[in-house]
Amino acid sequence: MGAFLKLLFRNRLAGFGAVVLGAIIVLALITPWLPLHPPNATVTANRFLLPGTPGHLLGTDHLGRDQLSRLLWGTRLSLAVGFAAAVIAGVVGAAIGIIAGYFGGRTDNVTMRGVDMLMAFPYILLALAIVAALGPGLMNALIAVAVVNIPFFARNIRGITVGIANKEFIDAARLSGMGHTRILLTEVLPNVIPVIVIAMSTTIGWMILETAGLSFLGLGSQPPQADLGSMLGEARSAMITAPHTSIVPGVMILLIVMSINLLGDGVRDALDPRLRSGALTRPLPATQVARKSVPEVPAKPGLLEIDALETQFHVGKRVYRAVGGVSLELKPGECLGLIGESGSGKSVTALSVMGLVASPPGVITGGAVRLEGRDLVGAKYERLRSLRGDKVAYIFQDPLSTLHPLYRVGDQLAEAILSHHGIGRAAAMERAVKLLEDVRIPNAKARARSFPHELSGGMRQRVAIAMALANEPDIIIADEPTTALDVTVQAQILALLDRLRRERDVAILFITHDFGVVGQLCDRVAVMYAGRIVEQGPTREVLEAPAHPYTKRLIACVPELGEGRRVLAAIPGLPPAVDALPEGCAFAPRCEKATDACRAGEIALESHGGRKLRCIHPEPAPVEESA
Amino acid sequence: MGAYILKRLLSAIPVLFGITVIVFLIMAMIPGDPATAILGSYATPENVERLNRHLGLDRPLWQQYFIWIGNLLQGDFGRSFALNRPVLDEILDRFGATLILAGTAFVLCALLGILAGVVSAARQYGLADKAITFVVILGISIPSFFLGMMMILLFAVQLRWLPASGMYSIWGGGDLPDLLRHLVMPAFALSVVATGVIARLSRSAMLEVLRQDFIRTARAKGVHERRVIWGHALRMAMVSIIPVLGIQAGFVLSGAVYIEMVFQWPGVGRMLVDAILKRDILLVQGGVVFVAACYVGFNIIVDVAQAWLDPRIKT
Repeated sequence: MGAFLKLLFRNRLAGFGAVVLGAIIVLALITPWLPLHPPNATVTANRFLLPGTPGHLLGTDHLGRDQLSRLLWGTRLSLAVGFAAAVIAGVVGAAIGIIAGYFGGRTDNVTMRGVDMLMAFPYILLALAIVAALGPGLMNALIAVAVVNIPFFARNIRGITVGIANKEFIDAARLSGMGHTRILLTEVLPNVIPVIVIAMSTTIGWMILETAGLSFLGLGSQPPQADLGSMLGEARSAMITAPHTSIVPGVMILLIVMSINLLGDGVRDALDPRLRSGALTRPLPATQVARKSVPEVPAKPGLLEIDALETQFHVGKRVYRAVGGVSLELKPGECLGLIGESGSGKSVTALSVMGLVASPPGVITGGAVRLEGRDLVGAKYERLRSLRGDKVAYIFQDPLSTLHPLYRVGDQLAEAILSHHGIGRAAAMERAVKLLEDVRIPNAKARARSFPHELSGGMRQRVAIAMALANEPDIIIADEPTTALDVTVQAQILALLDRLRRERDVAILFITHDFGVVGQLCDRVAVMYAGRIVEQGPTREVLEAPAHPYTKRLIACVPELGEGRRVLAAIPGLPPAVDALPEGCAFAPRCEKATDACRAGEIALESHGGRKLRCIHPEPAPVEESA
Repeated sequence: MGAYILKRLLSAIPVLFGITVIVFLIMAMIPGDPATAILGSYATPENVERLNRHLGLDRPLWQQYFIWIGNLLQGDFGRSFALNRPVLDEILDRFGATLILAGTAFVLCALLGILAGVVSAARQYGLADKAITFVVILGISIPSFFLGMMMILLFAVQLRWLPASGMYSIWGGGDLPDLLRHLVMPAFALSVVATGVIARLSRSAMLEVLRQDFIRTARAKGVHERRVIWGHALRMAMVSIIPVLGIQAGFVLSGAVYIEMVFQWPGVGRMLVDAILKRDILLVQGGVVFVAACYVGFNIIVDVAQAWLDPRIKT
């Protein structure tokens, strides 16, 4: 509760709402004891006195009644009516919802049909119909407003009750012989009461507004009794000559409803864990950059150089070092595998290249990514955009979520082309069909008119590959493109990528957690652990003679057909959390060879010929294993 | 698509049935008998009984309902005793004005609301976002009738830019520019609350969509950010915005009651309030059923639009 209040008041607007509303409620409560004129005492001599007149702080109305007194009494009435309407609607609606949700079946069906019918009405219209039947009057307006809000409560509470009714503790209560009434009162009700209270507190603003509206129309409180709505309604005829009589009650309604809304928003935000963690932020068009220094550009630039790249996630005060100084190099036409467990930072490395790391919370804090010698980190948005998909293209993991579900695949392909080449729609569509044929999609012309959900997983990934090829890029970054597919399709996709690479001489950065895939496709491989490269070298050599204990264990995780003798060994333990990396080698806690030296301090990535290694206890050269 | 529209039309029948039942039952709650209400308390018992028989009020409730609904289906909504003319004629005379007002307000709130929501989401936590959020909170908290009154004070009385009330000028009006000048204030005042609600929803829908993978895909292929926001993201967000547009249309349509009172707009809303105050039951009954039926019709359009926009819905 304390934490909740702290969260609530950290939201300044909600705090403001709470203070204003609190003040209004206190004023309304103590009104009978305040030294005020009687609210209904008419003094015709004092008609329309202006605010500030001695004795009448807010002036007087068309009958010479004191506005301040009427305002406070009216506020009292409006608050009471709104509150009563919310309680009635809440209690009745919740009762209906609980019964429908708990009993289910026919009861549920019939009740909810009725609720749907009520909801088919435009809201205020239904209230008008009820007032028409019962006759004008404050009580009747209250009933009307409560009734039209019942469906809202019934529906919400029913949903929650359905969830609770299927839980084990309800079954247990039933088995122990408790009756329905007792279960409802002692087991179900306590669990839905918080929801009812929150729903009531967020709707009380509407209720006040609606009863004020009915009173404004002359259908609510009848003279001389006045709530805020009827005060405003009576003042309307004198609006032009004495505007203060309208403004005073109008502003009061605005203040009450606004403070309730602000407070309600604050309550909702404080209770919604998704907002609390700041997850509901939208990623910027390019990852934010905050580099202290920029690495020097080498004399002979390659195709793509990732140079001491550091990418972090800043969530609140926490810093997650997802990528901690990764250097990689990609030559034209080469396929480099980047391998590691999930959470090792391989995807973040790949996304950092074109500034696609979700930001916030992602920030590139150091290093450089050079395409043909020119740094992409911190490049202007327009330069980055013109290179994305044109020079460097991506293929992502799950093609169902990475293709736009509402656009036809042909259009999505054409768009990739049109974003970089102004060749006209017809020509782009033609090329899109050609691309689909290139990735071996049968009946490409018809398929171009399909939506992603109409294609199979393998087909979708072919579309994604076609999209990556659309502008004949120099580099394709494939981020686990086969992980979401089943094994036969996986093999087809790998074969396709391999063929395309050889035909078109495109360089591929291939990200995976599967050494089996690396062996089939990649010339070189880099192994990543906890945000850093731990080993790197030609695929064959690394596969045959892994030097880092982690690489060795990772390779041991791959089952191979016909080699039943090998022990399939999962790696014990979990990778370290990247917001609390251990000193020294990050793998030490899971490594059976680890010594104190491993945990002592920074271990450098050292080159040994064509290979690189970050370990002080490398694995010995391979010996034939025996089980 | 044709089959889906037909299915949706058929599913409206039980809803319309339910609506008429509810309205009928509400009206049946009226204490005392309507004949006395119509004839006044000095009527002779013979006259009351004759009128009751004439109106079919001596029959059981369910028979009364079917007589009533049978008449409705033939376009006979009964006769307004206060206006002494057929209810349907009065409604049709008035409905055009309401449709112009509510329609304009609806278009306004949809356009402004979505625009504000998208800008707010695209510039989350920026100055524009904060300004929009503040205006939206103000907008959803202000009673439309109070806002209308304040607008009259400012724009009609103080600045004399716009006419204070009515639909056309009494002298020399009647053309489109005249109508538009009269329409600006009431349509805006009517749209404000719905604009706020739609803006809030659009903002959160956009934030939800912008985090999804296909947005990253669009960016990765080099689509310009403007198109990412207004094309890819908004298109997807519309799937959750459109149902809310349907709900807000109901609020705009019925909220017109207040605005028609404030601006003396000759629509159905004012007719209903007058009818309630005069206890002109048949006019209230007919008016409520008519407007509710229109709303059901509008919701069918909304659902069809939704199905057209989202190919994943099985049509």
